[in-house]
Amino acid sequence: MNAPLLEVRDLKVEFKVGREGWAPWSPARRLKAVQEVSFTLAPGETLGIVGESGCGKSSLARALIGLNPIAGGSVKFAGRELAGLAETEWQALRADVQMIFQDPLSSLDPRMTIGDIIAEPLRWLRPGMAPAEIKAEVERVMTRVGLQPNVINRYPHEFSGGQCQRVGIARALIVKPKLIICDEPVSALDVSIQAQVINLLMDLQREDGLALIFIAHDLAVVRHISDRVLVMYLGRVMETADADTLFRASAHPYTRALLSAVPIPDPALERSKTVQILEGDLPSPIAPPSGCVFRSRCPHAIAACGVGVPKLERRGGSHAVACTLAEIDAAG
Amino acid sequence: MTDPHAHARSLPPEGARVGSGRPRAAASLLQVRNLNVRFATPEGEVAAVNDLSFDLAEGESLGIVGESGSGKSQTAFALMGLLAKNGRARGEVIYGGANLLALSEAELNRRRGSEIAMIYQDPMTALNPYLSVGDQLTEVLRFHKGMDRKAAFAESARMLDAVKIAEAKKRLGMYPHEFSGGMRQRVVIAMALLCRPKLLIADEPTTALDVTVQAQILRLLQELRRDFGTAVIMITHDLGVVAGVCDQVLVMYAGRVMEQGPAEALFARPSHPYTMGLLHAVPRMDHNHGSDQLATIPGNPPNLLALPPGCPFAPRCVERDAACLTPAPLTDFDEQRRRACHRPIEHLLRAETEGAA
Amino acid sequence: MNTPTTAARLMRPLPPLPGLDEALAQSIQGRSLWADARRRFLKNRAALASLVILGLIVLLCAFAALPSPHAFDDPDFENMHIAPELATAHWFGTDSLGRDLYVRTLLGGRISLMVGALGALVAVLIGTLYGATAGFLGGKTDSVMMRFLEILASFPVMFLVILLMTFFGRELWLIFLAIGAVSWLDMARIVRGQTLSLKRKEFVEAARVCGVSRWGIITRHIVPNVLGIVAVYATLLVPSMILFESFLSYLGLGVQEPMTSWGALLEQGAKAIEAAPWELAFPAGFLVTTLFCFNFIGDGLRDALDPKER
Repeated sequence: MNAPLLEVRDLKVEFKVGREGWAPWSPARRLKAVQEVSFTLAPGETLGIVGESGCGKSSLARALIGLNPIAGGSVKFAGRELAGLAETEWQALRADVQMIFQDPLSSLDPRMTIGDIIAEPLRWLRPGMAPAEIKAEVERVMTRVGLQPNVINRYPHEFSGGQCQRVGIARALIVKPKLIICDEPVSALDVSIQAQVINLLMDLQREDGLALIFIAHDLAVVRHISDRVLVMYLGRVMETADADTLFRASAHPYTRALLSAVPIPDPALERSKTVQILEGDLPSPIAPPSGCVFRSRCPHAIAACGVGVPKLERRGGSHAVACTLAEIDAAG
Repeated sequence: MTDPHAHARSLPPEGARVGSGRPRAAASLLQVRNLNVRFATPEGEVAAVNDLSFDLAEGESLGIVGESGSGKSQTAFALMGLLAKNGRARGEVIYGGANLLALSEAELNRRRGSEIAMIYQDPMTALNPYLSVGDQLTEVLRFHKGMDRKAAFAESARMLDAVKIAEAKKRLGMYPHEFSGGMRQRVVIAMALLCRPKLLIADEPTTALDVTVQAQILRLLQELRRDFGTAVIMITHDLGVVAGVCDQVLVMYAGRVMEQGPAEALFARPSHPYTMGLLHAVPRMDHNHGSDQLATIPGNPPNLLALPPGCPFAPRCVERDAACLTPAPLTDFDEQRRRACHRPIEHLLRAETEGAA
Repeated sequence: MNTPTTAARLMRPLPPLPGLDEALAQSIQGRSLWADARRRFLKNRAALASLVILGLIVLLCAFAALPSPHAFDDPDFENMHIAPELATAHWFGTDSLGRDLYVRTLLGGRISLMVGALGALVAVLIGTLYGATAGFLGGKTDSVMMRFLEILASFPVMFLVILLMTFFGRELWLIFLAIGAVSWLDMARIVRGQTLSLKRKEFVEAARVCGVSRWGIITRHIVPNVLGIVAVYATLLVPSMILFESFLSYLGLGVQEPMTSWGALLEQGAKAIEAAPWELAFPAGFLVTTLFCFNFIGDGLRDALDPKER
């Protein structure tokens, strides 16, 4: 494999939420949204990140693109360190890393026309481009994502969710990025439209050699689109593997529970399958359980799980699991 | 309009249900006949639901599947008499011998909550953030059942226990914001079931929840259905949820029923191009996909203000032909199944048999 | 049943269906949010009527004094305190000094409307930018900017005006200054609140990802999106500024004689209410009608720009 496009080492993202004491000088309470996440992404690869709400997947994505500050660790994009970059230094990277958002309508400025929205990255990242060139480029990208160029002067509210998401994709594509971060790009769309957008993203990726980071809570969608998948829970990576291995031979109890919970549109299968129900609720990320963060809900938890945070251990190929039980199994 | 339903009404529905795959002795609970919902908007009249008819037996579960603009939620609101001010429902909704659509607000209020209950996508729409959960639960019992405070409190605690909320007594003193999303939905379910309703209408009850929480809630609903014998109308866009929970399925598009029938048969042999498209458009967990491409339904969701003449699905249908410019009537075929499509079912199924051969 | 054949069959292109595409072709035409709002506004009869009446009042104040033979400060000693009459061309009568009330009412209207418009203009320009900047930048900048605003807001304006008037005399520009100083404060607060909620919208994040600078986000994304509420508030601000000026004038702190405004005319009219009720009635009628119109227009704008609120 050639040099990685993105190399993430022990990434931490934290937010200040209030203070520990009543006094204004007492230390800020920190919500550790992402902890010690590491992965690499090759050019043209798709990495799926799955997990439930509050698992830190969106915080992670936003940190990779400079919308959230990086609290620790390192993120290297094409060899360049992103941690600690100032807003103006990000500017040079914007053409290489783009993002597609969850809510198609609210990610488009309601007062701007479709054409202006799609042209916006060009106006700011390629100053000096002639208006005629910009228009030609906008029309080219619109055709690529399946929008008629004659809707260029329409406004976002006149479009359906799927079309708005196409506009969002066109805006991300127009600067020819190397990496697009997709934050739940299809979860707000109707079922019949989801498939259109997924197919579009996969086509674009194949044709342009784009790398994608695809964040979703829908495991079936992630399986379909991803080469590799990262499963997160409470800010930490539980398991990572190539998509087929993860869905066929998952080793982490959380991944298994997650997979078994996805409803299958087939009454016979759906009614006969066994669902691993997770009892209880997600613990507060301000005070996560000691040791393995999943142990408070894990059906297999033992005393050893509370002792230390389990390391992400390789188990052949790209498959790695962070589970105390798996560690014990491997040792014994 | 001729009335083909006079016949259906005189016949007990269980007579028509022979051979649905499981024995059904239950009596008819709800009969919906030609339900039409119209909204007056500044841009013109919107036909949200057209000529919807179905029967629901006691203890049965019906799934209404559709995408945005299909009219599935407006159906639920019409059944509950909760349409927005500019909406109007016509037709008949027969429950307990009375037409719910013709009842006064006061009579409807007595039935709502005690005999027919509803749970919503966002549990906070049903909970008052300024009242403790206990106050809200006991209020329902005191209003509908005339219980005193103490009895109502005990019954509420028992119901929270039934929806698997630990330390129910303690939780009654807490406020909705102190619960997580999944817990709130359980509180709402407990509230809906307090008066042991015969019918529960669930409008996308798990859409806002994570999959593991969704699994908890769906299992809970199934158990409660078994324990209390409640009939459920489940409104959802998720075919997987329908497959797990529903006996009967109704597929809606642009305010019209596309196809209707028992879940097993409908999923195994869909008879309408829209249902087929929906089933193929979702990536599946249990399949390794032959191709990279998902089969899609081309085009965009329907604009209810500018529906095409004829079949509303025609603009997106790969099977369409000239006949589709006229409306397709909902016709019976097979055992208890109905479909609204001009194309003969053999024509649609040919691909399946060719594939098998 | 998930056979590749079925999937392939479903992935065929749509067969052409003549007659259908034509039927759907003319269904939607493009309209901006502003165009939508204008359409809704024009349907609101009260707001539309108010707009017409207000337009007439503005035109009257601007031009209708021309045909009158009288000047605003010319005493007509033969016709003091007379009721409206056509013969002497004192269409609204005269005041105690014999000055023509028709000309004075319209001239006073000019001053009052100017004061109102100026207050709204200052509010829109300074308030919008100030609020949007504070809200968008957030953090310490926001704190400092808002504390400064609170200091201004807690200043006793009346006291300041009285002081200024006693030091510098009753000058028109002082009134403008005083009104300009207070009018934008609430606007800045409103815009800041709106900005705080807009800031969390995904399109602002998207703009950052697109490389738009902070100033670019404020001017290209935040400001256009708060303009709706700014327009509503500005319309409602005009009458309150007119009232503020009237109040100053009524206290005798307003425009210097022989210049006048609706507030000053009201003050004189109130004194003469028993002898010459028309002295009060005409300026009051104009003032009240104008205030009504502005309020109806503001309400109409609010409904038109935010249809969900109805």
